[in-house]
Amino acid sequence: MRRVVITGIGTVNALACDVPGTFQAFREGRSGIGPLGFRDADRLAIRIGAELRDWVPERHFPANELPLLDRVTQYALVAGAEAVAMAGLPADLGSRGGVILGTAAGGIQTWEDSYRAVFADGKNRVSPLVVPRLMHNAPASHLSIRHGLTGPVLAVSSACASANHAMGLALQQIRAGAADVMLTGGAEAMLCFGGVKAWEGLRVLAPDACRPFSQDRKGMVIGDGAGVLVFEAEEHARARGARVLAEVAGFAMTADAGDIVAPSAEGAARAMRLALADAGMAPEDIGYINAHGTGTLANDRAETAAIRSVFACPPPVSATKSMHGHAIGATGALEAIACILALAEGILPPTAGFRVPDPECDLDVVPNVARPATLSAALSNAFAFGGLNAVLAFRC
Amino acid sequence: MVERSEIEQAVIEILARQLLLPAGDIAADARVDDLGLDSLGKVEAIFALEERFDIAIPFNANEPDQPDFDFSSVTSIVAGVERLIAQQAA
Repeated sequence: MRRVVITGIGTVNALACDVPGTFQAFREGRSGIGPLGFRDADRLAIRIGAELRDWVPERHFPANELPLLDRVTQYALVAGAEAVAMAGLPADLGSRGGVILGTAAGGIQTWEDSYRAVFADGKNRVSPLVVPRLMHNAPASHLSIRHGLTGPVLAVSSACASANHAMGLALQQIRAGAADVMLTGGAEAMLCFGGVKAWEGLRVLAPDACRPFSQDRKGMVIGDGAGVLVFEAEEHARARGARVLAEVAGFAMTADAGDIVAPSAEGAARAMRLALADAGMAPEDIGYINAHGTGTLANDRAETAAIRSVFACPPPVSATKSMHGHAIGATGALEAIACILALAEGILPPTAGFRVPDPECDLDVVPNVARPATLSAALSNAFAFGGLNAVLAFRC
Repeated sequence: MVERSEIEQAVIEILARQLLLPAGDIAADARVDDLGLDSLGKVEAIFALEERFDIAIPFNANEPDQPDFDFSSVTSIVAGVERLIAQQAA
């Protein structure tokens, strides 16, 4: 079986619009969560999020391209450009290159603007480009067009696990020989009135801050952004002398087939065990876990139980959603990038906002301050509504 | 002014709809956990109460002891709704 490595990463998120800025925020334990600034935010009960508040589309795209690009696609393209440049990919990959990108809500802002026009503003027509803007595969397709990748290209949608599922499938494409290089990860731009209004109804959003594993947590905080990673067959990367950031060692996905929203510790634990088996690793090989760590009561307790059932002595576990927010279908990609900071630089990103230990979440959660560590492998968890679990194992 | 009996009847009807029970099976002092309402049923019942009385119920599923709204029994829900309606009128 072909080994798969990561040769480039790129991101835009509430912390920074590039990898160096994001790494710096992780090192500082800085949170990107703040007051929401979009239209009608004053009509929401929850008014915080990890928004890209200073995002100016015109700085990144010429005016003639913007009518085709919902923010979810803009984020994916800017993150993708950074990742491709870092990897130094050749321009002639063609059918040996592909894109698999996760997103949960796709072009939700485009849906909202169009519905507002016809329902609220009484207009009788919307932009002719609404459909290509809002389709879930728009970010993946624009990346394929931009970089001339004509192999396997598709979108993956599995709520909060979308990016982990996307990366797992990209790994499998390369292992199976269907491609040598895959751009993968996720993009999300759900921070708009309708997006937050929908989440509000579930009563799981925190009104003040995201405090995963802390006893005084009040729930999750939504974030926006994209993470794009260049997955490459190891021999392909070595042959062109590319710098390798980490190996994508293993992946597994499971379904709870139980409750549509309540998480199952058993389903999560099974995904972790299978990812370790896929990587040919034992639990004691793992030096860091990037938790799903949403900051909801239900997730944090179930995830702690799952980790304890897999690991006799759990390694340090942190929830970086406390900094970049829960970027829903993109979050797994941001968290994979956090794992690369841990592996490549030996720095564990912290769980920010942590205040009070919870006896039911008795893990070393790297509270508030990043920590130097020596490690050779990391696990990244994603557990979605719908009972879908997707876990990746990385190795340096 | 909405009568307490009307609120109580609405709370019982809304819980009964979520639980697929006849309203007559829910006592005026029933405890929500004893009725077996799950977390989604709870947020759906809260939404129905908000719509019925045009109030906003401060409820967060992540706080096991609700500081702002006691959803533990029919009696406590009725008292909470009554208070919110009164605040609305004030």
